[in-house]
Order: sequence, then C-alpha cells, then structure tokens
Amino acid sequence: MKRITDEVMENVEILAKLELSEEERKKAAEEMEKMLQYVEKLQELDTEDVEPVTCAVTLENVFREDVVTNTDRHEQMLANAPVSKEGQYQVPKTIGG
Amino acid sequence: MGRQYETVIGLEVHVELSTKTKIFCGCSTEFAAKPNTHTCPVCTGMPGSLPVLNKKVVEYALKAGLAMNCQVNQVCKFDRKNYFYPDNPQNYQISQLYLPICHDGWIEIPTETGGKKIRIHEMHMEEDAGKLIHDEWEDCSLVDYNRSGVPLIEIVSEPDMRSSQEVIAYLEKLRMICQYLGISDCKLQEGSMRADVNLSVREVGSQRFGTRTEMKNLNSFKAISHAIDGERMRQIELLEEGKEVQQETRRWDDNKEFSRAMRSKEDAKDYRYFPDPDLPAVTIGDEWLERLREEQPELQEKKAARYEKEYGLSAYDAQVLTQSRILAEIFEQTVQSCHLPKKAANWMMGEVLRRMKEQNLEPEQVRFSPGHLAELILMAEKGEISNSNAKKVFREIFEKDVDPKEYVQEHKMGAVTDESSLTKLILEVLAENPKSVREYQEGKEKVLGFLVGQTMKKSRGQADPGLVNRILREQLARK
Repeated sequence: MKRITDEVMENVEILAKLELSEEERKKAAEEMEKMLQYVEKLQELDTEDVEPVTCAVTLENVFREDVVTNTDRHEQMLANAPVSKEGQYQVPKTIGG
Repeated sequence: MGRQYETVIGLEVHVELSTKTKIFCGCSTEFAAKPNTHTCPVCTGMPGSLPVLNKKVVEYALKAGLAMNCQVNQVCKFDRKNYFYPDNPQNYQISQLYLPICHDGWIEIPTETGGKKIRIHEMHMEEDAGKLIHDEWEDCSLVDYNRSGVPLIEIVSEPDMRSSQEVIAYLEKLRMICQYLGISDCKLQEGSMRADVNLSVREVGSQRFGTRTEMKNLNSFKAISHAIDGERMRQIELLEEGKEVQQETRRWDDNKEFSRAMRSKEDAKDYRYFPDPDLPAVTIGDEWLERLREEQPELQEKKAARYEKEYGLSAYDAQVLTQSRILAEIFEQTVQSCHLPKKAANWMMGEVLRRMKEQNLEPEQVRFSPGHLAELILMAEKGEISNSNAKKVFREIFEKDVDPKEYVQEHKMGAVTDESSLTKLILEVLAENPKSVREYQEGKEKVLGFLVGQTMKKSRGQADPGLVNRILREQLARK
C-alpha cells in the first residue's frame, strides 16, 4: 500500500516550504517510502523494558548564571548572511507569521 | 426569540522574563538595542553551537507557577518545535511539550458577581523568535535576531472565560502577579506580554464546545476586547446562516478593527515535536522548591488584606494601594516613618496618583523618598504648615525630592500660628475692606469667607485657616 500519497506530499511541501517539480516529487515520495520501511524495521525490536533516551549524556541541571558574557559581534554574525542590509539579515518578503 | 449564545475563551499568554541574558546563551536581553548587536552562534542557530540553560529562567518560571497555584513537574525537559520561518534561525523553537515545568494551577479574577477561578492548564519555558521588519523600498524583509532566544513563559489557561471583561481581568491579574514577583514588566505595547485568544461560541446550555479560532497580534487591552467582541459576532453570524466555523488562526488588524484568516491551524503533529538532545533534563529538588516558596513575596491579595487589618484602611483603599507593588512599597515606607497610615493613604491616592496621571508616569518612574513624604505629613499634622502649602511642597518633593523641613524654612512657607502677628494682619485686612465689615455686621455671614481669603492671601498661604477664622470673628465682634 502506498503511504506517501500525493496528499501527504502536498502537506509535507507546505510544511517544509518546498516547491517540487513532478519529477522531484515522485523521487522524494519513493525515498520517503524507503525511510518509513527503515523505521518499520527498527520497530520490530522489542523495546518494552528500555527507557527512552532523549539526551546522549546522563547529566542533569546544567545551568549558566544570568550574566552577560557575549559582546557585540554583529559584523561577524552577519558575515554568515547571504544578503544583509543596515545591520540586518535580508530575506524574501514574508507576511503574516 | 433568537437563540442565546455563550462565548467560551481560553488564553495563551506569553510573558517575556526580565532576565539580564537570554535563555540559552550569554547575550544581553536589553530592549531596543541596535539590530543584531545581541546575537551569537547559539541564538542564530549556527550548526554545532550548544545551548546552556539560564538558571534564573527556571527560578522565574517556578516563582510564577507557585504564585498561580500550579503543580510542578520536578523533572522537566525541553522539546523542539519545528517550523520554517525567517524569524526562527534554527528552524525549530526550543520549547516544552511533553514535560512542561508547571501544570494544573489556577488564579482568581474579580468579576461583578465575585471572585472566579480560572484554571491554568500548563505553563512552560521557551525561547522568543527574532523580529521581522518589512522593507518598504525593496520587496524584502529584514531580520533582527536580538529578540531571538529571549526567555518566555507561556501560560495556557483552560477555556474558563466567558466575556472580554473576564479576559481583561485575567490578564490584569497575570500582569500584577508577574510584577509583584519582579519577573517581567508585562507591557503589552512593547510585546513583553502577548496574548493569543482561543474563542468559540455555543448555544447556552450546550455541553459541547464549538469549533474555535485563534486570534493573534493583540497588543492592547482595547484591541483584545474589540477582537473578542468582533469574533463572537462573526461566529454567531456564521452559525445563524447555517454555516460552519473553520478552525483557523486569525490575525487582528488594530487599525481596521477587523480580523482575517492567516493560515489553517497547524496541528501539533505538523510541528513534529521531539525532545531536544542538546539539553539535559532539569531536576527540581524539594529543597529548591522549598527555598523558592520561602522567598515568595507577599502578593497583592495578602497585602490588601493586611492593610485593612493592620492599618484600618477601607477595602477600596487597600485595593487601590496594592495595584502596584512599587507604590505599595512607597506607601509602607511612608507609614513606617510617620505612623499615620490613613493620612499616608490619602496622600498616595490623592496627590501621588494625580501627579503620576498628569505626567503619565509608571510606578517605577516615581523618584521621591518616602521619608520626605512622611516628614511632610507630620508637619501638616502638627499644624506647622497649612494644607494648601503642604500640597505645594509636595510638588517639589515629587519633582525634585526636596527635604520638606529645609524647603519650608528656605521659602518661609511655615504656618503663621503666632496669634499677635496674625491679629495684626487681620486688622489690616479689616481696615482695607470697610464695606465687607459693614455687611458682616448687617448679618451677611457669607462675607467672612471673603475676609478669610484676603487674610490667607496676605499671609501668602502661610496662615492657619482655623486660627484666622477664630481671630476674624473675635475682631469683627469687637467692631
């Protein structure tokens, strides 16, 4: 049974803000189908008595004190922006939010 | 008769915490700084950067939770909420879904028919997003990430409110609690308090909830109130026409006083929440909780009750004086120095509030020392200064925090209580106004007021009016 239907693809594209061509969509759907099969394989394992792990380290309560330690590095930070303007990151027009 | 509808409202309120630094990095949270000057690899979502939790955020969230009678999840975790939008550079917001820090609380709001409990579903910690500004010249948007990573608590209520009045009362209560705790200034206009309104309507008597909509972008009590009334009408009209309400997010336009659909509501599953592997769990031990409980300040209800009991104030006065923690502190310090609670209350509610209103000042902008007000109250009480002069001196205290004793001496504003000098002044007034004297003798008692006024004027407001009155009558009787 095909699970990655056209409807699923359409929703995924909206969420991921992607516009795919017919060809790309077909390829992506096939790949996602394979990912699901892979996860299904993992689900065959009996994990009844296994505590879920959400963090690779077993630490707890790793805190910082509320003290300013960072200085103004906006030029360095903005160097990562593809386009910037007046000390800000320039992005395609967005409305709503 | 038409059908009767009931409005059902639940609120999601974001409160920006007033920590010095962001939730996961050492960048400053200072408001209105130059764009992107408070950013680093963590709050701009650079690959490989590691968030480290600000301990104060946990403390502030716990303080709020305790004040709102919440249960605490003594082991809580952070989750990633995934969505793509330029204000969110990581492509996910670090928030809490599965184990939020607090849940199942309540606060009481005042209504016309008495106190009403509004239940809190849950409260969680999360990070704020950046700010998007639309560029009018070029067809693009500009992003400032200074706000990205500023700590927030989101307080989610149960759908327990039934009118815009209840919603405003709830928000005012939340704001007061946060201000008393000193964890946020809760300014709607500046965005340090933001409310999303979930609203549905149903026929009175129905047990089932209607389909709800969510309204965003409400940045004043007025906008909230108008948006609620407008959305209630819109939904009732749809139902009356036999149509269905769509579950959607609507954006309120304050200028047009109109809301429009923004996007169909994304389901929780669309956000693909999962535990954040970068952040270890937070464990809140009993000792930590106990310490915070002990440190909780006296909140408004308790303070007001104490003012009634300890100071003998009316319920109304106690309410007014405790609306702001800062004003309540000024009041209490004044009482400590002058031991005249009722007089101090009158000064606070009269002159202090009036001057604040005139100059549009917030409580934290009030600068005078309570000791100076106390001194002035004592001077007026002892008759060392007339009431009208006391008000003039208070203006100087309020503006420049002058020492009232020195100021009165310097400006010769002390009350003239010396009978012989007053008598001299009064004889002068009588000599200058023979017509009034005659009228008085002919039985026109009213002119006495005029003569008192003339004497006060001659004394430049320093005479004790009671004394003037008495001496005037004595002198007039002798004529």
